[in-house]
Amino acid sequence: MSIGSTPLRFRVTIDPDRCMNCGRCIENCSYGVYRKEGDSIRINSRNCVACHRCLAFCPRDAIEIEEKPGDYRSHPVWTREIREAVFNQAKTGRIISGGMGNALPWPIIFDRLVLDACQVTNPSIDPLREPMELRTYIGKKPSSLSIRERPGKDVELLTKLTPNLQIETPIMIGHMSYGAISLPAQQAMARAVHRIGTFMGTGEGGLHQSLYPYQKNMIVQVASGRFGVDIDYLERGAAIEIKIGQGAKPGIGGHLPGEKVCADVACTRMIPEGSDAISPAPHHDIYSIEDLKQLVHGLKEATEWKKPVFVKIAAVHNTAAIAAGIARSGADAVVIDGFRGGTGSAPVVFRDHVGIPIEAAVASVDAKLRSQGIRNEVSIIASGGIRQSADVAKIICLGADAVYIGTSALVAMGCRVCGTCNRGMCAWGIATQKPELTKRLDPETNAVQVENLIHGWTLELGELMGAAGINSIESLRGNRDRLRGYMLDEGLLNVLDVKTVGA
Amino acid sequence: MKTLTIDAKDIHYTPLNQQIRAAIADGAKEITLNNVLGQRFIGDGLRGDDVTITVNGVPGGDLGMFMSGPTLIVHGNADHAPGNTMDKGRVIIHGSAGDAVAHSMRGGRVYVRDNIGYRGGIHMKKYLEKRPILVVGGSARAFLGESMAGGLVIVLGLGGVPPIAEQGVGSGIHGGEIFVRGPVDNLCLGNGTKQAPVTEEERAMIRPIIEDFAQSFGIDSTPLLAAEYTRIAAVSARPFANKYTLE
Ligand code: SF4
Ligand code: SF4
Repeated sequence: MSIGSTPLRFRVTIDPDRCMNCGRCIENCSYGVYRKEGDSIRINSRNCVACHRCLAFCPRDAIEIEEKPGDYRSHPVWTREIREAVFNQAKTGRIISGGMGNALPWPIIFDRLVLDACQVTNPSIDPLREPMELRTYIGKKPSSLSIRERPGKDVELLTKLTPNLQIETPIMIGHMSYGAISLPAQQAMARAVHRIGTFMGTGEGGLHQSLYPYQKNMIVQVASGRFGVDIDYLERGAAIEIKIGQGAKPGIGGHLPGEKVCADVACTRMIPEGSDAISPAPHHDIYSIEDLKQLVHGLKEATEWKKPVFVKIAAVHNTAAIAAGIARSGADAVVIDGFRGGTGSAPVVFRDHVGIPIEAAVASVDAKLRSQGIRNEVSIIASGGIRQSADVAKIICLGADAVYIGTSALVAMGCRVCGTCNRGMCAWGIATQKPELTKRLDPETNAVQVENLIHGWTLELGELMGAAGINSIESLRGNRDRLRGYMLDEGLLNVLDVKTVGA
Repeated sequence: MKTLTIDAKDIHYTPLNQQIRAAIADGAKEITLNNVLGQRFIGDGLRGDDVTITVNGVPGGDLGMFMSGPTLIVHGNADHAPGNTMDKGRVIIHGSAGDAVAHSMRGGRVYVRDNIGYRGGIHMKKYLEKRPILVVGGSARAFLGESMAGGLVIVLGLGGVPPIAEQGVGSGIHGGEIFVRGPVDNLCLGNGTKQAPVTEEERAMIRPIIEDFAQSFGIDSTPLLAAEYTRIAAVSARPFANKYTLE
């Protein structure tokens, strides 16, 4: 007996009293939910992914989308998702792949941490009246300075400083490659970071020519597939990032299917059009920390020691020890990508089950580096699951220097976190290479939205700092006293090095 | 022609590369490095299509990494990964080389007169006119051409050694081709590979490359051109095609 159909995930209905038959829903839906039959609009709810493109552009608010209209018998162990995964694999015998980040309802540590504010004994600071120093420098800091006095009052710095990135707010945009997302999406974010004075990552997809004007705000990535990597690319970036792992799929490589490798993506990645771009799980020239050091030095030597080199790893069990090795490899920053990080496509079993949350990873890395006296050797960039300014403030208190955002920048451009990026049909023109869809994005309009988001968060960060009586991000960094854990267990409080509320 | 000789004795690789860059900027076309002993990254990220650098001694790892143009001639052995992510130019090694030779190379040629270590030609790839070529005169150890995405590897088995005698050749290959002189035991082949005797067309394609290799080292190419070759390539250009189902 075949398994047959499973209940609908979404049911789409159109209110006939409101609908004016304009057909915009048909035009906008890239998943084929709507079609015209005679005078009426017919609906195939099974195709719906709840990307809300139709809903956003229906002029009459006529569309309703309901999640999980058909119930299974509820069961705490055999959830709907578990049962449907079994059906899927019983039918196909394959690995289940999905888009976006971790979709299991793991508790979120950020939401169990509260921030502090001044009352009576120390005054808060009004960011409108007093300057708030949010400027951050990413890179190595010298452990000591040697200075020579010049005749007169002047002094000369004898210590040779290592290049740092100067960012005007501790918020950068992480690596989303051209291929995983569309060119207009990258262009919009590039304009935004350029105007704000922050940075974004290219992802492992090379740097498209149209982004050259923004290259001083781009961090170029070198991943295991070495796609798009040549000396010109390395020289263009403001910094270079070696991608070892990704929070959404720690321990495995990546794979951009040939369907997404159009002529332009092929040119940027430097691979034949329509061919699969396969990034192996490891870098085959890195099997140890010593080998990592070799690549860090190789990249610095190639670019004449002018650029900071970052190393990105997925947050896993031994992240602190690994980060300590990275800090000794000559790298200038370690990027830690938590298990909530987004992805264009990942096996669901990895996306949902492998890795650890960013909060615990950053706290333990910061503590480990401090205990070994090498915290100054690297900046810590937190990535994966940063949703709002409060998360930025909290992760900085836990020891991060700056954050990478990813999903939230996409949401600022319209993404509804529908989680079907891997299908390449994104109705918002973000996670797709289909020209009829990518043209839905306007780089300028979307740049303003991304800029607004980062601007809003930066303002909030200033307010939070002011309320805590802090006027410089330096004083917030690693300042665990400004955090309290609310209903966190003792083990986790110890790892975070945070007291409980009331203590 | 402007030439320059640098004594590399006891010089760290960074000042050594700085001297090379300065010489090229100054118009030098032929540069000789004497007493090279373990300096890594020689020629790293270097440009200059008409520049030839002769390395006398034993260079360290990642020789010619990210290099785009020059020719490096080594009189001695090389360490791991010469030609790593190289873009253009040539690396000619009068000796043997270590592991991961030509790792992720995307263009240019690497010739090794004698033997190479494990994982030679790993993840080489090709784009338009850029087609990386690795030729090994002697033998290659296990996992030759692993994860190859494009380009060409030739192993000749000169000097009485079998060209390949270990497993994993072409594991995960999804593009490009490996030519081996003589027959290849199926036990040596990695997952997802297939072998076949060369066709006349393929023989004509590799002929000028073998001639060029032989000429670079002053070897007689006649027996090499007359020999039989086996071609190893991917069973499927899309090894992941049937692996996934949508969530
Ligand atoms: S977009 Fe709205 S008003 Fe237009 S046809 Fe669709 S449901 Fe009706
Ligand atoms: S990028 Fe597009 S496909 Fe991916 S989650 Fe957002 S709306 Fe859905």
